[in-house]
Amino acid sequence: MKNPVIELIGLTKLYGSLKAVDNLNLEITKGEIYGLLGPNGAGKTTTILMMLGLTEPTAGTVSVCGYNATSNPVAVKQKVGYMPDNMGFYDGMNALDNLIYMGRLNGIPESMVKERAVELMELVGLSKAMDKKAGTYSRGMKQRLGLAEVLIKQPDVIILDEPTLGIDPAGVKEFLTLIKELSKQQNITVLLSSHHLNQVQQVCDRVGIFVEGRLLASDHIDKLSTHLFSREAHVVIITLAHPLHNIEEYNQQLLKVEGVNAIEVHGNTIEISCTRNATPEFVRFFVEKDQDIMGVQRKEYGLEEIYQRYFENTLTENQTNGKSGSIFQRSFFKKIKK
Amino acid sequence: MENPVVYFKGLFSKKLKSNALTVAGAGNTMTHRQQISPFAVIVRKEIGDHVRSWRFIVLLVLIVLTFLGSMYVSLTNLTNPAASPAVPDNGLLYLKILTTTDGSLPSFHIFMSFLGAILGIGLGFDAVNSEQQNGTLIRLLAQPIYRDNFLLAKFISPLIVISALFLSLGLLMIGGGMVITGVSIEMVEVLRILTFIILTVLYVGFWLSLSILLSVKFKQATTSALTAIGIWLFFTIFYKIVVNMVVKAFLPDPAFLSQTDILDYNNLILGFLRFSPGQLYTDATTVLLMPAIRSLGPLTMEQMAGAIPAPLSFRESVLIVWPQMTGLIAATVMCFAISYYWFMRREVRS
Repeated sequence: MKNPVIELIGLTKLYGSLKAVDNLNLEITKGEIYGLLGPNGAGKTTTILMMLGLTEPTAGTVSVCGYNATSNPVAVKQKVGYMPDNMGFYDGMNALDNLIYMGRLNGIPESMVKERAVELMELVGLSKAMDKKAGTYSRGMKQRLGLAEVLIKQPDVIILDEPTLGIDPAGVKEFLTLIKELSKQQNITVLLSSHHLNQVQQVCDRVGIFVEGRLLASDHIDKLSTHLFSREAHVVIITLAHPLHNIEEYNQQLLKVEGVNAIEVHGNTIEISCTRNATPEFVRFFVEKDQDIMGVQRKEYGLEEIYQRYFENTLTENQTNGKSGSIFQRSFFKKIKK
Repeated sequence: MENPVVYFKGLFSKKLKSNALTVAGAGNTMTHRQQISPFAVIVRKEIGDHVRSWRFIVLLVLIVLTFLGSMYVSLTNLTNPAASPAVPDNGLLYLKILTTTDGSLPSFHIFMSFLGAILGIGLGFDAVNSEQQNGTLIRLLAQPIYRDNFLLAKFISPLIVISALFLSLGLLMIGGGMVITGVSIEMVEVLRILTFIILTVLYVGFWLSLSILLSVKFKQATTSALTAIGIWLFFTIFYKIVVNMVVKAFLPDPAFLSQTDILDYNNLILGFLRFSPGQLYTDATTVLLMPAIRSLGPLTMEQMAGAIPAPLSFRESVLIVWPQMTGLIAATVMCFAISYYWFMRREVRS
């Protein structure tokens, strides 16, 4: 964790009595793709706006690329490309002119701006629709134009607010691949916010779970899942050709395997929970019993489950001890830091 | 976009990076010379938008028609002694072209006192809120520009457009007048007409900055347009009525007052009327375009006693309208300052 590109310290934003962002601490290092996850109204957009100096924090500091975003927003904006969630373009101008305008605003010399804009339009796959009015663009095309616009300033950091909103699944995949490639090749730091968990899961190096203005967890996805689901970390589902007859006998024998917690049998599928990865032993066991194994599957915990967990936790906690979640948060952070 | 990675390897990483390197490497002197400041970029784009917009074309047609109509009326009535005011000067023909009327149409500067307001409101009422509604504002502000650049550009670019408009109209009038009458123009007239144009631009600028203020305040463009038109209607129609009503209710009957008291009260009423920017504008332009007018308020017989019936010099006319000009500038700056205050620290969300 050296030399973070984005560093938030004790960031707080109040709207009246409502805490939109509550004492947020976050560090994002160079070249990383960080996913900010949370339900609607969790404070993701507010946090992003504060990073760009478009909103003033009530307390705490934001520094991006070594500049304080609140007191020196122009320097930050030179380094950061931002794509808002529902952006608009000047509908009366064609797409290329829109892009050129943004290029000029970023101080790209007049002699190069057109050339670079055309290159970027090709890059995002809009070279055929370059001369169309931006008003006629579809949602997905606008998204790509937005990406081209983010890239024209050759940013060190890209911040994408809900980039996958409103595009079809194929488009999402294409878009995210593009972002990932870009980040890897140019060593660009990417921060993207979303509430679509599975999409973010594909590209992010690290994710932060953000609920009601608080960052509940921030780590790699696999670490998060091992941490959360430590009791039932490894679940193996084995599908057999024929249903088992003497279930009890099998259960007894399987439970003798070290670390097995629970066994569930549904017809010809058997779900075994285990504290360690004992998949080979299970397979060997069934082979020895002359059972035909049709499939062996290890259950992975995706963000969906992680998210669900955290969400449930906050809900129950809110019910028990009001809205003060600091104890939970603190204990959680301790665990994460280990 | 079959395979984005292929695109990248070829284009983005090599070409753009090398471009960036050449820019950085070729020395900052080159880039500095080529670069235009973001402010100039926005102004350029805004002017382009205005000139091409239907709204501006409609306003332009409206103003040009008014101009041609009033020019026609004044040119046909130039020789008619009844229509032209009894001015003791025989020169200054071009000022007469601007002010003479036979009563069928108001003269151009009177027309401008309400058309100018429409023009200012029309060009500014959606300056900020439409960009916010379209989601372009947040994109724009995410670029490395200062917020005040944006607001200033929104104010300056329509002002440049209307300056060009009125300057060309003025020059058109002078040129047309020369062709039709064959009389050469005097320096004083050029100065007065130029000052008139500056004053008109200033007046439009006031309404422009008021409508920008409203466009910062209200999220919907229609709300800000209606409010601006409401303010304009209030000042052009109702304000006079209200002042008269208040005067009748509070001031004593003039029949029982001495000469000096009436004078004082008259000045007081005029002072109140001058809260209306339209009044300021008509006062100022009337004095500028009619050099025979020597005061905007009532004059006593003693004051008039020694006066020689000759037109005032340009400097003296300007001195008379100086308070009006200052008032207009102050009102414009005040509106702009408030919009600046509201806009600078506001949270911009799409």
